[in-house]
Amino acid sequence: MAQSEQEILEGLAEIVNEETGLDTESVQTEKSFTDDLDIDSLSMMTIVVNAEEKFGVRIPDDEVKNLKTVGDAVSFIAKNQS
Amino acid sequence: MTAAPAPKGTGTIVPSQGSAHSRIMGVGGYRPERVVMNAEIVDQIDSSDQWIRERSGIVSRRFAAKDESVVDMAEAATRDALESAGLEAAQVDAVIVATVTHPYQTPAAAPILADRLGIRGAAFDIGAACAGYCHGVSLASDMVRGGSAQHVLVVGVEKLSDFTDPHDRGTAFIFGDGAGAAIVGPSETPCIGPTVWGSDGSQWQTISQRDSWVELKDTGGIGSPAIGMAGQSVFRWAVWGMAPVAQKALDAAGVRAEDLDAFIPHQANMRIIDAMIKQLKLPEDIPVARDIAETANTSAASIPLATERMLREGEAPHGGLALQIGFGAGLVYAAQVVVLP
Repeated sequence: MAQSEQEILEGLAEIVNEETGLDTESVQTEKSFTDDLDIDSLSMMTIVVNAEEKFGVRIPDDEVKNLKTVGDAVSFIAKNQS
Repeated sequence: MTAAPAPKGTGTIVPSQGSAHSRIMGVGGYRPERVVMNAEIVDQIDSSDQWIRERSGIVSRRFAAKDESVVDMAEAATRDALESAGLEAAQVDAVIVATVTHPYQTPAAAPILADRLGIRGAAFDIGAACAGYCHGVSLASDMVRGGSAQHVLVVGVEKLSDFTDPHDRGTAFIFGDGAGAAIVGPSETPCIGPTVWGSDGSQWQTISQRDSWVELKDTGGIGSPAIGMAGQSVFRWAVWGMAPVAQKALDAAGVRAEDLDAFIPHQANMRIIDAMIKQLKLPEDIPVARDIAETANTSAASIPLATERMLREGEAPHGGLALQIGFGAGLVYAAQVVVLP
């Protein structure tokens, strides 16, 4: 069942918290994964794979580089959820 | 029209006779003398020691001398392995070299290495990149059991410093040089488990020499045959693709994770190793090879080098069970449970 963007944001924040230890409150839509949250490429991939599992979406490797902000990821997941 | 020829039917082939089982009789390693700290790498990739450590767990690596070849390093590791196995070179009747950095397309490194050791048996290279050693162990084990050889030398050796672009932020800090060797021979009990192996050539561009030899020839040799890598894609495949392969190798051997005395994955990146352990749900008390910190990623050499270190430093017991898994360019992989020599 498709989730709202708010639910996706909350779920994503939990995944980011688990991978990086960052407070879930700091995971906001306008935040850049690299510049604001200091998430490197390998942690980003871990977040992507965990998000795929949690939200039932497929995020291709080529797409990952386009997910610059938390909002980009939320939108992609919302759009591609079945 | 003449009639189709009929076989004479007068000769029969004698079946080959192998040993019931196989084992790794000894391992050896060679690490080039020159230690290269991260500080020596960082300027050319606008990086820092901390950045490299955080992304790879690598503190230092060894680089071979300019005039030190893949065959030189392989010979040193082999002499160490022969001593460990208690064998003379003359008892080796087949040589398999796994490498992607022997700088001759032809001939292979194996016959040259064999000649150095006075061996005139079968000698050939295999191109299975970072999975080369585990492929070699699999072939050697089957050769011993199939009767086509009695003692097989398997060498993983790389001089990646010759094939690395020092300005490439994705690879310059990852690779190192070295050689590891093992002797596989007959055994009364099964000491090399079934190999779980495979490939996904659809992802061949994920880790690849950037330009083909023909393309380099056409530019008049301008440029270098450096290896390029799509780090994120490799990470995904290595962790989430390879953990199930490691589990299959355990299952195929009939061994539980808690039975292991060591886990020796290809030393690709400390982050891959850590994530793989998590995916595999490996019990925390099982020693894990972390030779990458001081050796970096030596491709085909990494597993035998890490094995040699764990045994030498007493981190893993002689006679213990180890799960080894190689994975790399191809993309290809191979994993098996072995009894440590």
